[in-house]
Amino acid sequence: MSLQQLLLMRHEWILIASVLILLGFELNFSEEKKSNSIVVAAILFAIVTLVGFLPAATGSIFGGMYITDPLRILMKNILNLGVLIVFLQSGSWLRTKINYNRVTEFYLLILTSVIGLNFMISSGHFLMFYLGLELLTIPIAAAASYDQFKSKSAEAGIKLILSAAFSSAILLFGLSILYGASGSMYFQEVKFSVDLLQVLGFVFFFSGIAFKISIVPFHLWTADVYEGSPTNVTSYLSVVSKGAAIFVLILLLVTLFEPLRQVWQQVIYGTAIFTMTIGNLFAIRQQNLKRFLAFSSIAQAGFILLGVIGGSALGMASVIYFVLVYVFSNLAAFGVVIAIEENAGKVNMDDYNGLYKTNPRLSLVMMLALFSLAGIPPLAGFFGKFFLFTAAAEGGYYVLLFIAVMNTIISLYYYLLVVKAMFINKNDLPVGYFQSDYFTRVALSACVVGILVVGFYSPVFEYIQKLCFNYFNL
Amino acid sequence: MGYQYTIWIVILPFLAFVINGLGSEKLPTKISGWIATLAIGISTFLSYETAFQYFTSPSGEKIIAFKTIWLRFNDTLHIDIGILLDPISVMMLVVITTVSLMVFIYSQGYMKNEGGYDRYFSFLSLFSFSMLGLVVATNLFQMYMFWELVGISSYLLIGFYYDKPSVVAASKKAFIVTRFADMGFLIGILMISYSTGTFDFEILTKPEGLSFSTTSTFLGFSTITWALLLVFMGGAGKSAMFPLHIWLPDAMEGPTPVSALIHAATMVVAGVFLIARLFPLYSAFAPHALGVVAFIGAFTTLFAAVIACTQFDIKRILAFSTISQIGYMVLALGVSGYGGEAALGYTASLFHLFTHAFFKALLFLGAGAIIHAVHTNDIREMGGLSKHQPFTHILFLIACLTIAGIPPFAGFFSKDEILAAVLTTHPIYFGIAVLVAGLTAFYMFRLYFIVFWGKARNYDHSPHEVPAIMLIPMILLALGSMFTGFIPFGQFISSDGQPLVGHINWPVAISSVVFALSGIGVAWKFYMKESSASDNMAKAFGSMYTSATKKFYIDEIYILVTKGVIFQMISKPLAWFDRNVIDAFMNLLATKTNWTSMQIKEFQSGQLQKYAFIFISGVLIIVLSFIYATR
Repeated sequence: MSLQQLLLMRHEWILIASVLILLGFELNFSEEKKSNSIVVAAILFAIVTLVGFLPAATGSIFGGMYITDPLRILMKNILNLGVLIVFLQSGSWLRTKINYNRVTEFYLLILTSVIGLNFMISSGHFLMFYLGLELLTIPIAAAASYDQFKSKSAEAGIKLILSAAFSSAILLFGLSILYGASGSMYFQEVKFSVDLLQVLGFVFFFSGIAFKISIVPFHLWTADVYEGSPTNVTSYLSVVSKGAAIFVLILLLVTLFEPLRQVWQQVIYGTAIFTMTIGNLFAIRQQNLKRFLAFSSIAQAGFILLGVIGGSALGMASVIYFVLVYVFSNLAAFGVVIAIEENAGKVNMDDYNGLYKTNPRLSLVMMLALFSLAGIPPLAGFFGKFFLFTAAAEGGYYVLLFIAVMNTIISLYYYLLVVKAMFINKNDLPVGYFQSDYFTRVALSACVVGILVVGFYSPVFEYIQKLCFNYFNL
Repeated sequence: MGYQYTIWIVILPFLAFVINGLGSEKLPTKISGWIATLAIGISTFLSYETAFQYFTSPSGEKIIAFKTIWLRFNDTLHIDIGILLDPISVMMLVVITTVSLMVFIYSQGYMKNEGGYDRYFSFLSLFSFSMLGLVVATNLFQMYMFWELVGISSYLLIGFYYDKPSVVAASKKAFIVTRFADMGFLIGILMISYSTGTFDFEILTKPEGLSFSTTSTFLGFSTITWALLLVFMGGAGKSAMFPLHIWLPDAMEGPTPVSALIHAATMVVAGVFLIARLFPLYSAFAPHALGVVAFIGAFTTLFAAVIACTQFDIKRILAFSTISQIGYMVLALGVSGYGGEAALGYTASLFHLFTHAFFKALLFLGAGAIIHAVHTNDIREMGGLSKHQPFTHILFLIACLTIAGIPPFAGFFSKDEILAAVLTTHPIYFGIAVLVAGLTAFYMFRLYFIVFWGKARNYDHSPHEVPAIMLIPMILLALGSMFTGFIPFGQFISSDGQPLVGHINWPVAISSVVFALSGIGVAWKFYMKESSASDNMAKAFGSMYTSATKKFYIDEIYILVTKGVIFQMISKPLAWFDRNVIDAFMNLLATKTNWTSMQIKEFQSGQLQKYAFIFISGVLIIVLSFIYATR
């Protein structure tokens, strides 16, 4: 195997190198200087992100176990952007007294999870896929219980690891059925057909990925884990980990499971309706903003299924574009929640009353983020939803589309509740004025720029669309 | 030499508006008046230059001095913006800039001690800009835009003293009434452009180039007749024709120079200008619409003149007089034909518009000078002012003689042409017009005698003559009133561009002068000395007199129709439907959504074993449904 072939795994190599470098620093830092890892990790990951955008060769290695192509590279880059923002936003939290001497652990866990994520997206073999999935999940379970003195955090960790183990079991069961039916684990070799055994295997397999995306009825862990985990882990879970699962789902559906198109379209049709509706109905009543964003992200996943269901190049492009927009919008919202939690220790909607008076800039960022999530033009979120809906209309799913539009109205209601709290509601004791640290401000500015630019600058969508059409024509 | 510079006539006042509007905080207060006056002064000079250049060159053609596409929808449908020069627009440029300049200068004295000096001049500049843009419009749509701009600036200026409730009510009334009329105008524009495919005046005013179906479509009138009637509705709103005149008397709540500029000389004649602009269309395709125009004009002129005889507020008398005079112009247009001698009415109407601008502006500025001195609008509290304000007295007398139609003042010539035009076509209207000539002389001299002669009242302080900065514009306008009558107007302006030789129609002239003189005589008899004759007259007419003082209860009828009929019968049921059906349905949806949300909260119990149970149930349900479906 030549060096050139090994370089196809550039994303993964450089991540592994980062982990090793970070470990090296960790060992050499004195006890008081541990928090220097924050800067080191941010710089390392900025390099990772930048290198990801350099032009790269494509192909497959290890006999087809590992695949890379322009579309997969794009997906990894989008998720890298998300991880970078998460890293920037975690600085102030990690500097607190409880955490400062175990800062590096957080980064090591997240970086390991990102390695798993990259392998999962590039997998060309069911086992590779499974290993990537587990590597993605298990470090996060540890990170979810990072707040060692909070029982909620421990609860989140244990709930995540148990639910994940449960869903993995079902996924593995599905895999073994699929292997039994087709006789191979390599994606290039398996040929599915519609018979009951393979449908069974597919449904089990699907539920495993659906668990990661929080599709109803496989979503129940989401709210508890999102609420209990440290907010930075929550934002990673809701954006990066979920985005990766969506990418893998759409990649596999349109190639590997193409023969089962009839089946998965029906499955997605049903689950999409439930996911949007249940997510919204629960989001309406939430007071805790972390739970609120958890259910809102479930509803968003339901909208994403609208782009998946058509299984067309346009649908795929709309899904990738939406995830890109969602990375910026959701991380902006989480960034504000994190900043306020760190400075005032408050996460309830009532605490946000009158925020505009004391912290106008944060309120404006939050408003932009929520408007983008709700899909109000001319923000990026509007175009994201618009393309998803176009894809569904192209497939002729008008009833589904109608339900989706109804759900956007409901979602508008609860997103506006937060905006109303910040701008209109009065409060005798509002959150006091504070200045967030430099990293957070950079991260939030990046999100705002993303929300505005991705919406207005049409070449972004055109580029994604071009890659998707190429992928389909292979 | 081209006419490209004419664009500056329009742009300069706009610049003054922007500078005064934006820089009001930073500039010294008094400078705003000078900026605005300088801008309109240059505009005036350029207008005179344009008029000289245009009327001395042999051709009476339409010239497009400037044109650009503003909004392009497709190749055929686009909205242009530009400058069209033809005899009437050039004439209007002269009138508007002249009167504006006089009013701007006058205002510097009149408004000296008022708050909001810079706001006043910025609005005034906005008005001049809009009015100039309106008259040079190359197409109906541009005209409509500036028409609305004129409306809004009029609204802003009427409401200048916005802390008085009556002022606010008056400005709202003016805006709503004219807006209502403009709705008709807009529909008319859309109908015309729909059937012709163009907004452009160049094409629209060449009747030979157009063809309309004149077959009747709705209620016996053809489409084009309806369209032009609706356009006239817009014109009637701005020009305060019956029954849309009700806003003009109330608009007198604004500062007096504003009344002189907007509600006497320029904006209120926009309706006349509009009909004149589209006259070829009216004349060729909608003789019925012209009949309606003539009838409205004749009725309004008499109606307003009668009311003017019974009012006591100096500015309202002038307001009704304005309505009456515009009625004259509209009547003259209504009876006019197209081309040749038959088109005398067209020329006469615009001639009267021209002269009226001078003497009516002078009357208002004079009234302003009087109000400035005695601080009241009620003529019963005035008297003997000829001693205190000798210059104003002389100037006001000139204006009164002009409007009464006494030779050799300008009003005589223009009114004579109108009467001559009406006589040849409609004898009944002629009777009305001559009667109105007498009434006009009567009410103007009633005002004059009461205010300047009569018995001197007890003034708080002795009334004083106004400063030179206010007198000079009045003197210039008085010169205009005295001498503009000698302009051979028909040489320049006629319906078809061919010179029309005007000559005095002696029988008409003599009869109108006799009526005017007898009006003056009656006024002298009644009001020169304190006498009971006028009260006896009033008693003799009884209820007729009372209803005239109440302006024939038109306002009350409007209140009845809007409050009693529209609000009660239509708005309230609609509001009920909106609240109890539409809103209630929405509320129902919202409560149901909330209720469902409450019902399903048990799913999220926090117990992991339940989650696992639901997870596996979900998988099984999907699998079972496939097994069931494939079986």
